[in-house]
Amino acid sequence: MSAPHGGTTVALAEHKSQTESRLERVSRSMTNALIPVVGAFVIGGLLLAVLGRNPFAFYGNVIDHGLIGSLGRQETLIRMAPLLLIAAGLMIAFPAGIWNLGTDGQYVMGGVIVAALGPELAPHVSGFVLFTTLFIVGFVVAAIWSLIPAILKAWYGINEIISTLMLTFIGLRFSAFLVKEYFYDRETTVPQTRVLAVADRLPRMFSSRVHIGLIVGLVAVIAVHFVMRNTAFGLRLRIVGINPKAAIHAGINMKVLTLAIFTLSAGFAGLAAAINITGVDGVVRAEWNPAIGLLVVPLVFLARFHAASVIAFIAAFAVFQVGGESASRKADIPNFMVLFMVGLLLIFMALGEYMQLRSSRKHQS
Amino acid sequence: MNGLFSELFISSLVSGGVIAGIPLIYAGLGEAISERAGVLNVGLEGMMLGGAYGGFVGALHFQSTWFGLMCGGLTGTVISLLMVVLCVRLNSNQIVVGIAITLGAEGVTALLHGAIYGDSYPRVPTAHPYAIPLLSEIPIIGPGFFNHHVSAYLAVAVVFFVSWVLKSTGIGLSIKAAGDQPHALEAAGGGVHRTRTIAVLSTGLLAGLGGAFIVLVGAGLFVPFVTNGKGFIAIVLAMLVRGRVKWIIVASVLFGMSLSLTTALQLAGVDVPIDLVLMLPFVLIIVVLFAFGRRSYLPAALALPYDREQR
Repeated sequence: MSAPHGGTTVALAEHKSQTESRLERVSRSMTNALIPVVGAFVIGGLLLAVLGRNPFAFYGNVIDHGLIGSLGRQETLIRMAPLLLIAAGLMIAFPAGIWNLGTDGQYVMGGVIVAALGPELAPHVSGFVLFTTLFIVGFVVAAIWSLIPAILKAWYGINEIISTLMLTFIGLRFSAFLVKEYFYDRETTVPQTRVLAVADRLPRMFSSRVHIGLIVGLVAVIAVHFVMRNTAFGLRLRIVGINPKAAIHAGINMKVLTLAIFTLSAGFAGLAAAINITGVDGVVRAEWNPAIGLLVVPLVFLARFHAASVIAFIAAFAVFQVGGESASRKADIPNFMVLFMVGLLLIFMALGEYMQLRSSRKHQS
Repeated sequence: MNGLFSELFISSLVSGGVIAGIPLIYAGLGEAISERAGVLNVGLEGMMLGGAYGGFVGALHFQSTWFGLMCGGLTGTVISLLMVVLCVRLNSNQIVVGIAITLGAEGVTALLHGAIYGDSYPRVPTAHPYAIPLLSEIPIIGPGFFNHHVSAYLAVAVVFFVSWVLKSTGIGLSIKAAGDQPHALEAAGGGVHRTRTIAVLSTGLLAGLGGAFIVLVGAGLFVPFVTNGKGFIAIVLAMLVRGRVKWIIVASVLFGMSLSLTTALQLAGVDVPIDLVLMLPFVLIIVVLFAFGRRSYLPAALALPYDREQR
């Protein structure tokens, strides 16, 4: 079945554009990325107008509360950490032609185990050792969870789109089961894990609430960017994404590589959860589902898997997420604007690909 | 009398299985048509959700279940127009557009519902069941199978109709050719784009009806994300029946039963963790994918855009 076309077109575009000047290339990819964003804002604004809300006031509030206000800005930076890590995982899977759409389930599975383990470990070890252990646990648990679609794909040729989406539903229920039956805190009435004491959370930076998870996220995105573009491993992944048959001819072991892609990609989602729990939440309730994984999908495509663009898009998205919560409260609408806009982004992105293809064909003929 | 084999347990399992299975029949049938024509519709969940909301608004406005179902089908069709334009005409990536439709529909229906009905949570008019004479008098399973709203029986009739269309009519042949040999269809003077357009619009209509059924006959009210993964289950069911569309009825009711197992178990007084039971249908899907996935019949040109200029 078809691979994420973004990967293919990106590789082709890079190849073709060697004749173009760097400035032309940058300005063209900026326009290509901005058109979908503008489109999403216009249609989103129309919906607000239909609901009798003032779109300008709404978007104004988004900027006010997500970017300008000091508290909101800190919250935005905090939210960026898990989003960046999930994006780092997708920057591995998508260029390799693997549709890992199960990051939400991987996130929750990793998070639940980390949340259960954290308060047990905290009295015995502290600081660096505690955090490293929990990060590794989150990464590994999510990676193991992703072995199911990985093995189904590598050995049985079963399409990962459906299996990863289904495993999110399973993961959400299974983690709720774990919290209710085994991990619950006996001192509370609601089913939730024990709370990681505030003293045992990730250290904060610049005398603000922003914890060091942000640095981990930034480093992850930049490292993945470097590995994908400058190492033999990254090249192998991109070849698999562009032409799996050629990859087999080139002697690439597809089964092992598929397992590597799934576990790395899911591992970053698990790490994202570990960072959010040790940094902010400190606890997991039954039925917990932040559902941020699928929202990151269009962002990494729009950014064309490029680290600087990914960071910029994630930052803008986090502003919208944080600001959107306050703006929705003020406009007295439920907080689903972000979800709707992400759908719009994807649609305009698909349109943009078409326009680009058409213009490149015109150039050729 | 409590326990797994009590009358109450079996009859509630059958009845719940049918109520939960009918939306899967409508949507799964729609997906089967689309897949045969070579379009993988990952947006099925979104089209069902759109139909669920459209049906809810229609039924409230006209105070009628049937008008509600019509509005639901119409909403599904309108959403599928997006897929027609992007995936059939402009050759966009079918998976990206499918996810877009699902996320967008989740967002917009939750927003509209919250902004308009969030304070009142109104209920739709009751869908009165029609008991089929004689059949519904069969002990234990009779009422479960044969005492439902007429739109439930209609689903079965539509399956037989579509099965006949695919097998015995020109448009049916075109649909299969558009999925297996699009170039041959074009060479024979048929239009791949036109055929796929018809297929995708039918999918939208049927998914919309299925979504509307969930709200109007099943739940009685709309809540955000009410389809809860049923669209994805229907996609797998469509792959599972491999073009033999009549089997969608059996597969849907069996999966419907696994979806309604929690209620039946509670009625029977069996105490198992609710989360594990709710997990079951999705585990079943993975098992089914594993058991039949390799042999599942999928058209050669599935998910590939058709481009006249490229051969």
